[in-house]
Amino acid sequence: MSVLDAKIPEGPIKDKWTNHKNKINLVNPANKRLIDVIVVGTGLAGGSAAASLAEMGYNVKAFCFQDSPRRAHSIAAQGGINAAKNYQNDGDSVYRLFYDTVKGGDYRSREANVYRLAEVSTNIIDQCVAQGVPFAREYGGLLDNRSFGGVLVSRTFYAKGQTGQQLLLGAYSAMNRQIGKGKIKMYSRHEMLDLVKVDGKARGIIARNTVTGELEKHSAHAVVIASGGYGNVFFLSTNAMGSNVTAAWKIHKKGAYFANPCYTQIHPTCIPRSGDYQSKLTLMSESLRNDGRIWVPKHLKDVEAIKNGTKKPTELSEDERDYYLERRYPAFGNLVPRDVASRAAKERCDAGFGVNETGEAVYLDFASAIERYGKEKATILGEVDASTERIKALGEKVVENKYGNLFQMYEKITDENPYKTPMQIYPAVHYTMGGVWVDYNLMTTIPGCYAAGEANFSDHGANRLGASALMQGLADGYFVLPYTIGDYLAGDIRTGPIPTDTPEFDDALNDVKARLEKFINNNGTKSVDSFHKRLGKVMWNKVGMARNEKGLKEAIDEIKEIREEFHRDVYVPGDMYNLNPELEKASRVSDFIELGELFANDALERMESCGGHFREESAEEDGPQKGEAKRDDVNYAHVSAWEWTGDPSAPVMHKEKLTFNDIELKQRSYK
Amino acid sequence: MKLTLKIWRQKNATDKGAIKTYTLDNVSEHMSFLEMMDVLNEQLITEGKEEPIAFDHDCREGICGMCSMHINGEPHGPDRGVTTCQLHMRKFNDGDTIYIEPFRAKGFPVVKDLVVDRSAFDRIQHAGGFISVPTSGNTQDANATPVPKADADKAFDAATCIGCGACVASCKNASAMLFVSAKVSQFSLLPQGKVEAKRRVLNMVEQMDKEGFGNCTNTGACSVECPKGISLENIARMNREYLKATISGE
Repeated sequence: MSVLDAKIPEGPIKDKWTNHKNKINLVNPANKRLIDVIVVGTGLAGGSAAASLAEMGYNVKAFCFQDSPRRAHSIAAQGGINAAKNYQNDGDSVYRLFYDTVKGGDYRSREANVYRLAEVSTNIIDQCVAQGVPFAREYGGLLDNRSFGGVLVSRTFYAKGQTGQQLLLGAYSAMNRQIGKGKIKMYSRHEMLDLVKVDGKARGIIARNTVTGELEKHSAHAVVIASGGYGNVFFLSTNAMGSNVTAAWKIHKKGAYFANPCYTQIHPTCIPRSGDYQSKLTLMSESLRNDGRIWVPKHLKDVEAIKNGTKKPTELSEDERDYYLERRYPAFGNLVPRDVASRAAKERCDAGFGVNETGEAVYLDFASAIERYGKEKATILGEVDASTERIKALGEKVVENKYGNLFQMYEKITDENPYKTPMQIYPAVHYTMGGVWVDYNLMTTIPGCYAAGEANFSDHGANRLGASALMQGLADGYFVLPYTIGDYLAGDIRTGPIPTDTPEFDDALNDVKARLEKFINNNGTKSVDSFHKRLGKVMWNKVGMARNEKGLKEAIDEIKEIREEFHRDVYVPGDMYNLNPELEKASRVSDFIELGELFANDALERMESCGGHFREESAEEDGPQKGEAKRDDVNYAHVSAWEWTGDPSAPVMHKEKLTFNDIELKQRSYK
Repeated sequence: MKLTLKIWRQKNATDKGAIKTYTLDNVSEHMSFLEMMDVLNEQLITEGKEEPIAFDHDCREGICGMCSMHINGEPHGPDRGVTTCQLHMRKFNDGDTIYIEPFRAKGFPVVKDLVVDRSAFDRIQHAGGFISVPTSGNTQDANATPVPKADADKAFDAATCIGCGACVASCKNASAMLFVSAKVSQFSLLPQGKVEAKRRVLNMVEQMDKEGFGNCTNTGACSVECPKGISLENIARMNREYLKATISGE
C-alpha cells in the first residue's frame, strides 16, 4: 500500500487555483494544432471538455455510444445547477458553497478540489446564459433561483424540471460549432473497449463501431474519460439503460486506481418499483421537496386501510399523519440531504409504514403548497373571498408552472394525478460519488489519462448535494481540464502524431477481439439481462442503503459465483460485425460484475458510516443523534483508491489522506 | 394481456426487410412499451431461434430522444405528449394486434430492424445550431442582460425539443421544419442569439434541404405527434426569420 499524492497546490485555499493556473505550463496556439486529444463520453463533462479543448486549438476526437452526443444521460438531470452568485441576497458566497459541499459530502471529499468547484461555479452560469441556455426568469427579466437539500440558501438555477437537458444542449451546441469547423471529429455509435498505453502513457483507445461491428484504433496524446457513473451495477437505477462503467473500468484494468466505489447515492424521491419486468427507475426531482411534504400514516391501521383500498391518503387528517422528516430534523425538514432522507424513508418502511403493496413507498404531498400558492395568487388578483376550489385551481396552476413536466411524467407512469392525490415515492440508486481516482489536475494514475465529471471521484465525498452534479460536470469540462491538461501536453509538442500500426495498438485490438469472440461463441443458455438482474439484486439487498459485515461477505461470494457462471453460461445471439445490442450489454455486464465485487470489498473495508455509505455497525447509540450515521475520522479520513491486480477478488488498496485546514470536522447535524 | 405483434425485421441497411408476426402472453398493463419489447426479446433469446429485435432506447424517461418506433401508424404510438418509452401498455387492450415499424423518411435510413440513422439532425445543428461564444467563462454577468419572462419562456418551450424525429416520421412530406424551427426560435427569441440570427437560419435551412427532408404544407401532424408539444408557431417564426434574412442579407 502506498500513499497517493494529490498534487494540491501550495498556499491559502482561496488562492490555490489562481496560483496554480499562473504557474502551470501552457501550449502555444501553433503547437496545439499538432496535438490530438480523445474524449470518451459527451455528457456535461465530456461535451464541455471536447468543445473547450477544440476551441483552444487541439484536435479533438469525441466518442459516444449513443446515436448523437445530445443523448448522453446528463440530459435527464432535472432539478438544477448550483452557483454561488448570491443573486437572492441571502448571504451566499464561494465559501458557503464550498462549506455546504464538504459538509454534505460528510467530510470525505478533497477540500482543494471542492473550493475550486465553488469558485468556478459562477462562471458556469455566465457561460451558459451567453450560450443561450433558457434558464427560468422572474418577471423583471432576471434569473430565478430555488433551494435544494442540505443548504439554507437559494442558489440553484433551473430550467423547469429539465435543467440537465438545457445545459447539455448548451454544451452540445458548443460542440456543434467545433464539429462544423472540423476541430472535433465526432464518433457516435462508438464504444470504447480498451485503453492503449505506449511507454506507460495513455496514447489511444480501441473503439467498436456499433453499427458495423468493426474494431478501430484511435491514437492521441491524451485521453479523457468522461463516461459517467456506474449506478447500473444495481441493474435498477435512475441511470439510462446504456449508462455503463466500461470506459472507466478498462482504464482501471490498465493501471488507473478506482476510488471509493462504495459511495453511492440512493436518491430519496423516485417512483417505486412495480414488477419483475421493470427495466429502470424514474427520478422525481429533489426540487419537489421545496414544496412537497413527505409523510406516512401515524397508525398502522391506516396503512392497512390504504393498502386494502378502504381509505384514501387524502382522507387522513393532519393528526393522523407522520411528517417524519419535519419531526426528526426540524431545522432542515423536508430539505435534509439525500442520504438522510433516504435512510429515514427506509426506516419508516422497515417499521411497516410503507403505503403501497410492496411496503416500499412513502407520500410526497403537494396539498399544502397548492393551498399556500393559491392563496398568494388570489391575494395578488384581489380575489378576497375566493372559494376553496378557486384557491386550489390557482395553486395548481402555480405548481404546474414550477414542476409541470415532472407531474406529467409521474402521471404517465403511475396513472395517478399528483395534483389530486399525493405522489408515492421510494429511494433508488441515482449517482455514484466514487470513481476513477484523479489528482488536482484531474489526471488518473496513468500519465496522460484524465477523468472528468461523474466518472471521477473527487468533489462530492461520500454524498452529493442536489444540483451539484451538473455544476461539477461543467466545471471540470469548461474550466478545469482545459487548463490542467495543457500542463501535461506541453511535454508533447515535439512528439508528432501517434502511429497506430504498433504492437501496443495491435495487442490491445486483439485482446478486445478475443473477448468479444468469446461472448459470441460461448454457447451458453442464459441471457445477459438475467445475470445483470441477479447482480443487481445482490447489490441492492446486501450492498444497498444499509450494509453490514455478514451481508457484505455473502455478497462478495455471491458476486464471484455470478461472475463464474456468467462467463460459463451467458448466451449472446447474433454476430460481431453487425449492430448487436446483446453483445454490447454482455461486455458491459462483464465489467459491472467485476466492479460489483470491488464495490462490496470497499464497503466491507470501510468500517464507518459516512454519507451514502451506512454501516449498521457504526451508528450513534444514544443522545440526540441516536440512530444517525457515525463517522470515524480517526481511522477513515482517507480516500480508498484500489489498484487492479489481474484478479478481481484481490484488489490492492492505496490511501490518500484527507486533511481539512479550512473546515472543522464535525458531526453532520441537520436537526 | 395477450398481444399479436407485427414487427418490421431488417438485418441491415441493405436488406429488404419484412413484417414478422409474434405473439406475447402475460403482458402487464403497468409495463412500458419498451419493457414489453424487453420481454419479447428475452423470449426470443431463450428460444434461441432468431436474433432479438434491435431498437433504439436509452434514458427511458422521455428526455434523451433516442427511442423511436412507429406504432400502429403513429410515431411514439397512440398516446399524446409521450415518447415510446413513456407509453404504457394500459393504452392497449387484451387481444390487440400492434404494428411496430421504424420511423420512415428519406432522411432517416434504416440501420437494422427498428433502428434508424438520425445523424442528419446532427448535421443540421452543425450548420448553425449554436451561439458563437467562446467557453472561457469570461463573458458578461448572467444578469447583465435581462430577458423578458415571456420571451425566456417561449425560448424554453422551443428548446425542450428532444430531437427524436417524430415530427419527420409523422409528416407526409417527411419535413424537418418543426425540429429546425425549434432551434432557430430558441435563439432568435433570446438577445444572445440575435447577433447571428440571419446566418443561422439560412445555414440551417440549407442543410435541412440538402439532407432530403421535405417542405412544410401546414398539416400540423408534427406538432400533434411531438412528445414535447413543440408548437407550429415555431415554423411560422422560422419562416419569418428566413424571409427577413433572404430579403435583407448580411
